[in-house]
Amino acid sequence: MSAEVVPTLRDRFSLGLHAPICLTWELTYACNLSCIHCLSSSGRRDPDELTTAEAKAVIDEMAAMQIFYVNIGGGEPLLRPDFFELVDHAVASGVGVKFSTNGSRLTKERAVRLAATDYVDVQISIDGADAATNDAVRGEGTFATAMTAMENLAEAGFGEFKISVVMTRHNIPQLDAFQAIADRFGAQLRLTRLRPSGRGADAWHDLHPTALQQRELYQWLLDRPNTLTGDSFFHLSALGDPLEGLNLCGAGRVVCLIDPVGDVYACPFVIHDEFKAGNVREDGGFTGVWRESPVFAALREPQSAGACASCGSYDACQGGCMAAKFFTGLPLDGPDPECVLGHGEEALKSVPVSLRPITTVDHSTRRPVSLSRR
Amino acid sequence: MTAPAVAGGADFDLAAPWGLNAQVALRDEEFGALAYHYGTRRLVFLKSRLLVDLVRALDHHASAADALDAVVEPASRDRYAAALATLVPSEIIHER
Repeated sequence: MSAEVVPTLRDRFSLGLHAPICLTWELTYACNLSCIHCLSSSGRRDPDELTTAEAKAVIDEMAAMQIFYVNIGGGEPLLRPDFFELVDHAVASGVGVKFSTNGSRLTKERAVRLAATDYVDVQISIDGADAATNDAVRGEGTFATAMTAMENLAEAGFGEFKISVVMTRHNIPQLDAFQAIADRFGAQLRLTRLRPSGRGADAWHDLHPTALQQRELYQWLLDRPNTLTGDSFFHLSALGDPLEGLNLCGAGRVVCLIDPVGDVYACPFVIHDEFKAGNVREDGGFTGVWRESPVFAALREPQSAGACASCGSYDACQGGCMAAKFFTGLPLDGPDPECVLGHGEEALKSVPVSLRPITTVDHSTRRPVSLSRR
Repeated sequence: MTAPAVAGGADFDLAAPWGLNAQVALRDEEFGALAYHYGTRRLVFLKSRLLVDLVRALDHHASAADALDAVVEPASRDRYAAALATLVPSEIIHER
């Protein structure tokens, strides 16, 4: 068996897998905050959200598909009264839980309970290394709340939790300050990319990093390969050496999202009818959607490089993030709006605001945090 | 700690009995398998079907060398011995 042709792992992954590697499950659209960049436009609970029994059935499917862990988010997942019941069911089924929270409901008692549960990771979100920067995006008092939650976890002996930060124009100068906060708690820093999804569709244009900041972030990440990024910044790999991770858009191939009402989308950043693959309540369940959905089948076909075909960096960045292109009104087979070579910026100039897709799923409460407060 | 790059490197004793770590679950895929370590919570990719067969065979043989003999053709032996050695630092396999 000599002379095997061995395709790269990235090639194999782009054709899809029996089950996702990275599955995000938003448990509820309810949220007590109104962050201006919320990618799921959360706020109000949806009356059609999965019941406890339905949610447990989804977990059973995950276990049967050998999905080793699930990333739980929302909304604010701790607002679901059955949150711990679902976590316990998942862990008992061999499905580890990583969940994201704004920390407001992470009391001392709950921190102790979490510390006592195996296979649970906690991510606390902050979007500024100080109250002024953070609260301008996430709302008044939210920085203090998140810090209290971190203290509760540390005090409970939870161990290494994660601090999750969406990188913006205003917090990239604070990278070292974020690291200092993480070090203070023995926590791990997780940095992710701001997407123009959900309410972020509007906020993105004012909040996304500048070209110079993208270079600064790239260098910072190269110097700290242990920083978690969820493979978020692969578009930056066109700047030189590739960043850690698979460096591909995993949407529908290795990644997908289950939303609170059971709808399955190609990734957490494309909650839009165009990328809806099905619903876990259908006969085939989540398994059927993952394996049979025409939306996913199309994503697993070889993709055209389109306008990027002649660019020498295409192998490195793969044209960037599908969601970022879609919600800024750019063609999916062209440059990312934050293309490090500047092609996206050029392309954006030709997209009238009226051509940007409108969010089809919106659970916002009436008054998100106003940018003007900053 | 880095994995030895050559077959039977100093860190990997082919004559010893090896096995799949009990905290590791394998999920078969066409390219090979995902190996998830519940203890370290790290995911490792086994990049060929034959390597997956070999890893599963370890527990049923008195030594890694015996498992190699049973599963892998002689021409590929060194390559697969090296692949096994790379699974030691991530604790996917361990000496029984």
